[in-house]
Amino acid sequence: MQTFTTLTGIAAPLPMINVDTDMIIPKQFLKTIKRTGLGRNLFDEMRYDANGVEKPDFVLNRPAYRGAQVLIAGANFGCGSSREHAPWAILDFGIRCIIAPGFADIFYNNCFKNGILPVKLPQEQVDRLMAAAERGAGATVTVDLEHQEIRGPDGERVSFDVDPFRKRCLMEGLDDIGLTLRKDAAIRAFEQRHAHEHPWL
Amino acid sequence: MSKPRTLFDKIWQSHLVDVQDDGTCLIYIDRHLVHEVTSPQAFEGLRAAGRKVRCPERTLAVADHNVPTTDRSLGIADEESRIQVQTLDDNCAEFGVEYLRMDDVRQGVVHIVGPEQGFTLPGATIVCGDSHTSTHGAFGALAFGIGTSEVEHVLATQTLLQSPARNMRVTVNGTLSAGVSAKDVALAIIGRLGTAGGTGYVIEYAGPVIRALSMEGRMTVCNMTIEAGARAGMIAPDGTTFAYLRGRPRTPKGAAWELAQANWRMLSTDEGAVFDREIVLDGAEIEPQVTWGTSPEDVAPIGSHVPDPAKEPDEGKRRAMERALDYMGLAPGTPLAGIAIDRVFIGSCTNGRIEDLRAAAAVVQGRKVAEGVNALVVPGSGLVKEQAESEGLDAIFLEAGFEWREPGCSMCLAMNADRLEPGERCASTSNRNFEGRQGRGGRTHLVSPEMAAAAAIAGRLVDVRKLV
Ligand code: SF4
Repeated sequence: MQTFTTLTGIAAPLPMINVDTDMIIPKQFLKTIKRTGLGRNLFDEMRYDANGVEKPDFVLNRPAYRGAQVLIAGANFGCGSSREHAPWAILDFGIRCIIAPGFADIFYNNCFKNGILPVKLPQEQVDRLMAAAERGAGATVTVDLEHQEIRGPDGERVSFDVDPFRKRCLMEGLDDIGLTLRKDAAIRAFEQRHAHEHPWL
Repeated sequence: MSKPRTLFDKIWQSHLVDVQDDGTCLIYIDRHLVHEVTSPQAFEGLRAAGRKVRCPERTLAVADHNVPTTDRSLGIADEESRIQVQTLDDNCAEFGVEYLRMDDVRQGVVHIVGPEQGFTLPGATIVCGDSHTSTHGAFGALAFGIGTSEVEHVLATQTLLQSPARNMRVTVNGTLSAGVSAKDVALAIIGRLGTAGGTGYVIEYAGPVIRALSMEGRMTVCNMTIEAGARAGMIAPDGTTFAYLRGRPRTPKGAAWELAQANWRMLSTDEGAVFDREIVLDGAEIEPQVTWGTSPEDVAPIGSHVPDPAKEPDEGKRRAMERALDYMGLAPGTPLAGIAIDRVFIGSCTNGRIEDLRAAAAVVQGRKVAEGVNALVVPGSGLVKEQAESEGLDAIFLEAGFEWREPGCSMCLAMNADRLEPGERCASTSNRNFEGRQGRGGRTHLVSPEMAAAAAIAGRLVDVRKLV
């Protein structure tokens, strides 16, 4: 997994609530057996018309935001299906950080597993960053994971919370499975006890 | 005396393998269901790292999302779908995972197959790379959906890293009126909580209405829990649960059954346990529900009207409503009953079980599908289909002009050939009315099986209680 330390980039505003994972990556792209290549179809039905032609007013099609690395969105981002294709598409497009007033649980988890930082902030702070992002290419945002701080284009600073374990995994690019396998003795001990207490399971 | 605990607390604590200093928990996973869409990259990851499946016997795989619902002997026409199913076949063979093939009568939607096979048991932790894994909580299991990286983690270690959830209890008191089903209860709860209302929680459903539900109905309620944003839904096991499970292929037998059942009887929330949030509904007040928008929370009783965004004070919500009505092609103030529909879909892991088909067939019997309406019944599994046919339900549907299909996810998410065309309006027993969910530009109204059947007959959304 790619590490995440500090990121400075353009932030794209997507002022919508309840953006679901069907919207982020529609089902016709879930037939892939790979993790890569989904960026082209990120937000497919909002981004392209029925003939596959770009809709010029969709935020990621506007010249200022084609290289966006941060996405600022409304509440309950990533609700619906558990498809990890959603963060894969976001990552493949080049976005490494999503800022919103709230996220759906499974999507939030999936982000960390893919080197994407989801940042939850109070609505007023998201609104302010959203307004700054509307200014386009000149207004970059810096996301500093180590100091848990976002720096806006006019020098404003906003701090955020992140679970310490997830922070460490992102900063060091740690592989969860490798870490868990180190606990093999504990897993074995559990299995023995469990087989004794709940033999039918 | 120890502190009173909730059902969730009990299952969680009995599955803790390790707790890190920062509070992150490693929990043991008893049962892992796998389907073709969210697993290829997980198996690929194992292969790349030279890892094995730690407990193949705790894992059960089935293809459901991509399978055709028409003649299976022809194979899968769409090449990408075919490759995805083939990849699951190959991965299961390579890693030694039990797999129900497309031509196996036990094949079906993963969340219908698990309970049917007795793979789903009370007190177990159950995961699947699919958000509707919440369905299995109906048995008093802790069941939740995970992403593909987590699927790989479970395959490799039989554990998951998780932080504990908060407890919520939703109590439904009283009794339901005739024509009101478990689906209406689920939709009414989502309408009350909103799609993010359950975020961070595990919901335990309780109260006389829930207790009176069959296992099928309980599964419908738990299935929709994810649409309220909650991680899992659960219902304490009781006689109804045990009666459903007894004798299923993978449930314990003989003395082991007695032992298990004695243990399961203790799986309920202790008197005095504290919930972080409590919601109470009166079952008698719940009417048949129908969604009008593009989120399951956009729901209202069939007797009401399409709401007016102008009356919504919150700007974000107002904009979402305007967008939803534009997408749905509906004007504020339109009565919900009377909206003309083009298609009907009866099926999915929400409402593709035998009881759902019986309820729909009871409405359909002796009637005809309205002119110009295309209506589809897709049983949730091969066993549901077989049972329905033995009861003559297929004949009732066919006689009325419905199509009778092979089992799978079908038009719930339209990954196979079954889908809405742009602008088509559908009364659907599935669980999501998101933009494009049933096909690009398709318009979905979520309803119960009874309401979907009534809509097929009337050619429009209608209160099933008024269908004469
Ligand atoms: S029936 Fe629908 S919701 Fe259920 S598993 Fe299949 S696609 Fe998902």
